Amino acid sequence: MNNKINRLEETHPLTWRMRDDKKTVWIKEYCNKNGYIAFKKTLHQKTSKDVINLVKESDLKGRGGAGFPTGLKWSLMPDNIHDKKEHRYLLCNADEMEPGTYKDRFLIEQLPHQLIEGMLLSAFAIQATRGYIFLRGEYIKGEHVLKKAIQEASNFGYIGKNILNSGFNFNLFLHTGAGRYICGEETALINSLEGRRANPRFKPPFPAMFGLWGKPTCVNNVETLSNVPAIVLHGPHWYKTLSHSSDTGTKLMGFSGNVNNPGVWELPFGITAREILEDYALGMKSGLSLKAWQPGGAGTDFLVSKHLDLSMDFNTITKAGSRLGTALSMAVDNKTNMVSLVYNIEKFFARESCGLCTPCRDGLPWIVKILYSLKNKEGQTNDIKNLEKLCFSLGPGKTFCAHAPGAIEPLQSAMKYFRSEFEAGINIKNQI
Amino acid sequence: MSTQFVLSTFEINEIENQKKYYENYKAIAIEALKIVQKQRGWVSDLAIIEIAKILNINSSDIESIATFYSQIYRQPVGRNIIRYCDSVVCYLTGYQKIKKALENHLSIKTGHTTLDQRFTLLPICCLGNCDKSPTIMINEDLHSKLTPESALNLLESYK
Repeated sequence: MNNKINRLEETHPLTWRMRDDKKTVWIKEYCNKNGYIAFKKTLHQKTSKDVINLVKESDLKGRGGAGFPTGLKWSLMPDNIHDKKEHRYLLCNADEMEPGTYKDRFLIEQLPHQLIEGMLLSAFAIQATRGYIFLRGEYIKGEHVLKKAIQEASNFGYIGKNILNSGFNFNLFLHTGAGRYICGEETALINSLEGRRANPRFKPPFPAMFGLWGKPTCVNNVETLSNVPAIVLHGPHWYKTLSHSSDTGTKLMGFSGNVNNPGVWELPFGITAREILEDYALGMKSGLSLKAWQPGGAGTDFLVSKHLDLSMDFNTITKAGSRLGTALSMAVDNKTNMVSLVYNIEKFFARESCGLCTPCRDGLPWIVKILYSLKNKEGQTNDIKNLEKLCFSLGPGKTFCAHAPGAIEPLQSAMKYFRSEFEAGINIKNQI
Repeated sequence: MSTQFVLSTFEINEIENQKKYYENYKAIAIEALKIVQKQRGWVSDLAIIEIAKILNINSSDIESIATFYSQIYRQPVGRNIIRYCDSVVCYLTGYQKIKKALENHLSIKTGHTTLDQRFTLLPICCLGNCDKSPTIMINEDLHSKLTPESALNLLESYK
């Protein structure tokens, strides 16, 4: 964290408990810092509907990238439980693999109990009896931290049957993946958890009605769940005051790339990208200037310098032609060739296509091949036209899930702002 | 060559132990592959048949999973696995030089294993360590802010 930030409970609900030495905050320290108070109060004083209403009133939006309202997602879970023996599931999506994104790891490794308390409150709200944290297999430290933290919470009586004599039952398990970016898509995550290939499922039915093993299931991101304890403890009105924009609360944001101080900070929505880049990331490295930036991960459209003064929130960034995504931004410097950069990004998306639907499976490697030839100045006359056609064919609504539409966002925006670099890749000898 | 393959008692117990976490035992399949791989370095065809038997799942189903997930190895790998992050931030901060230095030093290309079976070199998706890029992972250890020189210096501690 940047020293300039004075992290307080009143202003930094996600990070105020973090230690300056960045070591994990275990349960005793977490409890000393007002941990599990929201959960204990809720168990004995609130109903599940109360918690859903609090989160609805807070206008908390999902922090996994899509920004869907969390309270609304919870209220999609069936209201009446016919058979109390049937499980309902809460899944934590901790399969963070979007290139350029490093926020969930930050929360998992330093504040595992905030996530667990968030899951307990969320499970209470949706009346889930079982939960899984789906953690990507490569987060080895995160795995050790979460295993120990779940054990600690069990020892304290916060996980299990009839928790603190409230009648509420909730078991929490850690499940680790075996690689593949697509596991982060909510229905692919469910398939993977069931021991299948991580192919997305057709919706409807939505997971709220037919999810894990056909039972009602809710999937929330790590950062989303970590916001819940503070909302329940201090109320939705307070939560709204934290933001400087129409999106409520705070957000983990940051800049990576060739900047002087790459990092992640808890900041209010509505801060500008320029403030993050200059005041926190301390600007571009000496001798470099900003050429373009991606607001929130490899699957978001590039923006340019003129967009730096826009407010970092879901609506504003969408209006500017991109998406806030995970809000972990990446700066591209003036010495980087956009065709080569986009080639790197598209190679990633092609490699990680699950192969279920044809446009994505065949279209992305085609894009990679064209970009490879343009990068090497061996492009054909029709290459840019073909790339545009492919962007259309892989766009929203034409594939099974959002993988391909996400993949073409950086490509279409790079062609929009830096078309001459693509044109420079066409070999004059290939022109008819 | 013998076609006998027997899962160890330890492996079977570890797999059986997973049953308490899931409603449906098919969910254990990926973890079972990881358990066997941790002991043997990789997952052979015969291992897949044995895993299928104890989970009572068709072996082709286990195979379809084993070939889908990138962290399950279907051929022998070296004693140490070097995985360099080749995602976009590490691209900007120069993973290519690190990759080249490793390939030259080890005299192998990505995807291959050194003749002495000491190292296998593989790419990996974004390791979520972008603020400390470029990054590589050797076995379970994360190494950050690397240069080609510092990456090569790391290798000494992995025999």
